[in-house]
Amino acid sequence: MEITVTVNGTAHTRDVEPRLLLVHFLRQTLGLTGTHWGCDTSNCGTCVVWWDGRPVKSCTVLAVMADGHEIRTVEGLASDGQLDPVQQGFMECHGLQCGFCTPGMMMTARALLDAEPDPSEQRVREAISGQLCRCTGYENIVRAVRWAATHPASDTEVPA
Amino acid sequence: MTVTEERATVGFGRTLRKEDVRFVRGHGSYVDDVSLPGMLHGAILRSPYAHARIVSVDTSAAQAHPKVKAVITGETLAGLNLAWMPTLSYDTQAVLATDKVRFQGQEVAFVVAEDHYAARDALELIEVEYEPLPAVVDAKKALDAGAPVIRDDKEGQTSNHIFDWEAGDKAKTDQIFASADVVVAEDILYPRVHPAPLETCGAVADMDPITKKLTVWTTTQAPHAHRTVYALVAGLPEHKIRIIAPDIGGGFGGKVGIYPGYVCAIVGSIVTGAPVKWVEDRYEHLVSTAFARDYHMRGEVAATRDGKILAVRVKVLADHGAFNSTAQPTKYPAGFFHVFTGSYDLQAAHCQVTGVYTNKAPGGVAYACSFRITEAVYLVERMVDVLARELDVDPAQLRMQNLLRPEQFPYTTATGWEYDSGDYPKALQLAMDMAGYDALRAEQREQRRGREARGAGEASPAVASQHDGQLMGIGVAFFTEAVGAGPRKHMDILGLGMADGAELRVHPTGKAVLRISVQSQGQGHETTFAQIVGHELGLPTEDIEVVHGDTDQTPFGLGTYGSRSTPVSGAATAVVARKVRERAKIVAAAMLEVSPDDLEWTTGRWQVRGDPDQGRTIQEIALAAHSSLELPEGVEGHLDATTVYNPPNLTYPFGAYICVVDVDPGTGQVKVRRFIAVDDCGVRINPMIVEGQVHGGLADGVGMALMQVMAFDTDGNHLGANFMDYLLPTAMECPSWELGETVTPSPHHPIGAKGVGESATVGSPAAVVNAVLDALKPYGVRHADMPLSPAAVWSAMHGRPLRTDLAIT
Repeated sequence: MEITVTVNGTAHTRDVEPRLLLVHFLRQTLGLTGTHWGCDTSNCGTCVVWWDGRPVKSCTVLAVMADGHEIRTVEGLASDGQLDPVQQGFMECHGLQCGFCTPGMMMTARALLDAEPDPSEQRVREAISGQLCRCTGYENIVRAVRWAATHPASDTEVPA
Repeated sequence: MTVTEERATVGFGRTLRKEDVRFVRGHGSYVDDVSLPGMLHGAILRSPYAHARIVSVDTSAAQAHPKVKAVITGETLAGLNLAWMPTLSYDTQAVLATDKVRFQGQEVAFVVAEDHYAARDALELIEVEYEPLPAVVDAKKALDAGAPVIRDDKEGQTSNHIFDWEAGDKAKTDQIFASADVVVAEDILYPRVHPAPLETCGAVADMDPITKKLTVWTTTQAPHAHRTVYALVAGLPEHKIRIIAPDIGGGFGGKVGIYPGYVCAIVGSIVTGAPVKWVEDRYEHLVSTAFARDYHMRGEVAATRDGKILAVRVKVLADHGAFNSTAQPTKYPAGFFHVFTGSYDLQAAHCQVTGVYTNKAPGGVAYACSFRITEAVYLVERMVDVLARELDVDPAQLRMQNLLRPEQFPYTTATGWEYDSGDYPKALQLAMDMAGYDALRAEQREQRRGREARGAGEASPAVASQHDGQLMGIGVAFFTEAVGAGPRKHMDILGLGMADGAELRVHPTGKAVLRISVQSQGQGHETTFAQIVGHELGLPTEDIEVVHGDTDQTPFGLGTYGSRSTPVSGAATAVVARKVRERAKIVAAAMLEVSPDDLEWTTGRWQVRGDPDQGRTIQEIALAAHSSLELPEGVEGHLDATTVYNPPNLTYPFGAYICVVDVDPGTGQVKVRRFIAVDDCGVRINPMIVEGQVHGGLADGVGMALMQVMAFDTDGNHLGANFMDYLLPTAMECPSWELGETVTPSPHHPIGAKGVGESATVGSPAAVVNAVLDALKPYGVRHADMPLSPAAVWSAMHGRPLRTDLAIT
């Protein structure tokens, strides 16, 4: 099937098998490997991307369903060379170790902050509760999101 | 929040991680991100049975699939003498099954196709006829007369027995037990769990048909060891094998061994002449790669009436699965389990371990266990609580009474370990102070009095606090780790001594490149190891690049597991940097036209003693070392050095943990209210990274204590083969961790560091379980096995403890 999917602002038209998962379309067809494939059952959340502005688990979405929709991935989180405060927060607060869950966590975190600019620690925990991290015990992920909440984009310096 | 603390730019301290710059942009490079021109994709057909004879394998329909390039079976591999491979425990493991399948999920055939989906389609076209056999699922029945013999492929193997092993002085231990005032005993299971990193295992194998050089991008924690094993298994020349471990998405011990899929990808590349990628899915990862624990233990403690612990005795039945592929130093088939004497001053101890085959996946040493110290610490820390219950004394006080005292170090344990350094009472006292231990006990007493007054089990009429109506429990655990394997005369894996190399080059402009043998899976080696070099040479962290994960570019060494990176490779890094510093001293002396003996080192600079204005920075020295400066006779130019570090002893991190839980008496649901962790890992190179590692290990402890188990039904069907059934802690199950630290440097490590990667995973499960059982004290529950799920807790409260590792149907 021929589909046109807008990913990080760029329209991509491809002929794909109807069964192709969105995560594989992004990773294998478009080469955007920042989105990860972790569990197949929507439990781990390493594949979280935005679908028309809302986080979804791309291992459980068919690529053909995304025809005509806008997808945003971790590669589209920074804009004009400027890191998103969430990215900066993850660096500042040691919110990542192996980095595998990080793209999905950051996409969820950005969606949360867009909806709730100043979420409590508990709200952050609830927001990421559909995603797993095996390295951080979540402590520094929560801190990273809180850091981003207290450092809006205008204050953010791009690290060297 | 402490994120605004001052950052170190040279040497030790909190500094942001170099590797994060790529990770936060989605530019990490994991194995599944590797894509080569003409690359094909592999997929594995796995056994649906736990134990069955293979009658026939028909691959003709799969071969006929238009996108299939090759189908490889056990018979194909047998023709190449590759159907079986050696394990890290001197056993054998089937790469692809030929005679029988021996666990559910075992590898049977490998398809190579043009794309991942087509390869999976072709698996459906392979017809395998099986003749099911009775499965050995319960380790306690593995040695029964008449039990099916799983390893009938091995000549002379007439039962499921693998080994018997013991440590300690049995006669002396038995003698103390015979005359002790008090003896307590308990059957304790550390159930089978799985490390479950978020990245599964995989490989991209590329055999160049012209140069005959094999390059393998793979999920390995030990690239050099893998290269040597491939050379030995496949008869390939070692210098024609290059192992690249790019970014690894978590390992925790599960990426130490060599899995059949890696070998299949290599064979696939040889057969097809194209690169072959194989990446397993989550089901495959959980059913076939290295599990952890599965120790059935009987612990006994002998003590005096006034609480002096005299001796510990343990018997273990160890379930090793269908192939004995545990990864530990050769001499120690039970790993370092004989560190079960814990943190206490004992007169004697003895353990006896029996390993058996069952129809389950192989593995056993994985999941941040420090070679089975998880099991040892859990055993002794549960037993100390059982003793405290028997003596009706406070478990923290009983520990304080029996902990080793600072003046006893170095201390030789009853099973032969020489603990290097420690101040245990200080760490426990700090944890108790941070927790407000006395106030917690007072709150618990008050709560219990209230419940008794109202009648147990009834809800409070007036809800006074969020914890009202709950059963409060306080759990204490103290652990001593033994990490940094190890002295090569005692420790090897497959004959490879556990020493690690390091190479350091300082370029003319004073920028440095460090090459190391250990392999980060998230630990931040590119930052920490640069900080060690910076600490020794005074170079800014940003001026030092750390190269790892590529056998063509790094010196030989055994890799990262058992918390050995900092204890072994970190030491190698400090030593090689000191070699460079000494060479720089000679160059500086030539530059200053003084004797080297007249120079003294200050950070980043050699200067004349008593005349600090006369000196040269390391950057100036580096340039001079590459220049036409005339050096003394016999002194080579440049500032490069190499070393191999052979640790004189293990290092012994320790810690004191306190967990507070609230148990819902109506449902058995456990909520972790607080967790206080005091860790002493010696000198901390980057405290931010150390704390992050501790956080992760504490979450592991909550997970294992309350949620995680790989259970099986009586046919050997795996009941935890996906993340819907194998439950891992989320942010909702984890409290905000409260960390403390003491610092007792290791006396024999060049920078006094001890390693920390596994400490929290080792120490925390006992704290959580002790807390839950403390909460259940009013119900008379002395012990219940992990995981303490709501069902397990509720059953224990009602006098019907669950066997958590088996579903009896």
